[in-house]
Amino acid sequence: MALSNVVETPASGFNFENVSRNVALDGLLEGGHAKAPKPMKTGTTIAGVVCKDGVVLGADTRATSGEVVADKMCAKIHYISPNMYCCGAGTAADTEKTTDLLSSNLTIFSMTSGRNPRVVMAVNILQDMLFRYRGQIGASLILGGVDCTGNHLYTVGPYGSIDNVPYLAMGSGDLAALGILEDRFKPNMELEDAKELVRDAIHSGIMSDLGSGNNIDICVITKQGVDYIRPYQESEYKDKRQRRYKYRPGTTSILTEKIVPLELEVVQETVQRMDTA
Amino acid sequence: MNTRGLRSQLKDSVPVTGMGQHVGAYGVQDTLRSGFSSVKNELLPSHALELSEKNFQLNQDKMNFSTLRNIQGLHAPLKLQMEYRAARQIQRLPFLQSSHLALDTLKGNDESISFEDILNDPAQSEMVGEPHIMVEYKLGLM
Repeated sequence: MALSNVVETPASGFNFENVSRNVALDGLLEGGHAKAPKPMKTGTTIAGVVCKDGVVLGADTRATSGEVVADKMCAKIHYISPNMYCCGAGTAADTEKTTDLLSSNLTIFSMTSGRNPRVVMAVNILQDMLFRYRGQIGASLILGGVDCTGNHLYTVGPYGSIDNVPYLAMGSGDLAALGILEDRFKPNMELEDAKELVRDAIHSGIMSDLGSGNNIDICVITKQGVDYIRPYQESEYKDKRQRRYKYRPGTTSILTEKIVPLELEVVQETVQRMDTA
Repeated sequence: MNTRGLRSQLKDSVPVTGMGQHVGAYGVQDTLRSGFSSVKNELLPSHALELSEKNFQLNQDKMNFSTLRNIQGLHAPLKLQMEYRAARQIQRLPFLQSSHLALDTLKGNDESISFEDILNDPAQSEMVGEPHIMVEYKLGLM
């Protein structure tokens, strides 16, 4: 139905119509007891290390929503391009969408220019996008990749700040992970040593931080290709169900059975020839 | 890539106005079309990003043209704006969907994806305007 108070088509992009309504509603629901639902965060430990042959990224797999573990096997290492992967900490939806947008933009770029994108380009796109929204997009990302200029590891904060260092940790467990990295990092490490180092860093984050837990994922990016090991190590504290909760067939006994056949009669038949030339 | 302008270019950025209700005849609030107004809703943006997003593209364009004028002279932004104006006229009447293909290509929007392409697609909008009123508004007859 056509409305007469709409004089132009609404602009695309973010729509701020409900903001004042949400502010007014906050605390009004059920007399102040119920609050608006919290977005799912990935209270996280993510870490990255530059080694001799490439870049190693690691992440835990727990996603929390308030004080509840929302996802025990969450994938925090996102694909950006064949030579770049990105770990994301912060609000889960924000990291997903931002990395998806980044990946799409880089794909369009590589199709129009015929070149593989460089890591600095990805970092610049992220920086522009996150600064434009002044930190309202809660995504702290660790971007690692191998391109023609070498192996790179960058971190991008929610306001668009970047840092280019050989080893990094982000998320709520970053202090614990950074302790391990500061202690044992050496420049130009071998690949296996780097994998062990990242595993230990994530492990210390899992042990010391409530927001991180469950399994450890590792992603190794080299000139030859990418090895995404998920999970690299499963948690020792997996819950073991005591019994099977599925009912086996025949649990409910059948008392009576009645079959009613549906009688269909052909009323009309039309044949239409399909032109398969 | 977004322009990182010098402070001197920013002086021309689009000034902060109110949330823009329609003004009817005699410059007074058009109560019939936009309902009763409240000063609080009009003057203050409810979200930190509301104003900055409304004028983002305009500010970027202003900064770009101003930098271009300083580097290459007045003719460069003039020619570009002339082309934009011509490309903007290639569209259907306001209540129909136009693709704005020429304008997108000129601006370089065909090579990037951002939230404008994903969220609130005007083709999927739930509210449809009255064709006569939309055309009158566009022609300035309202």
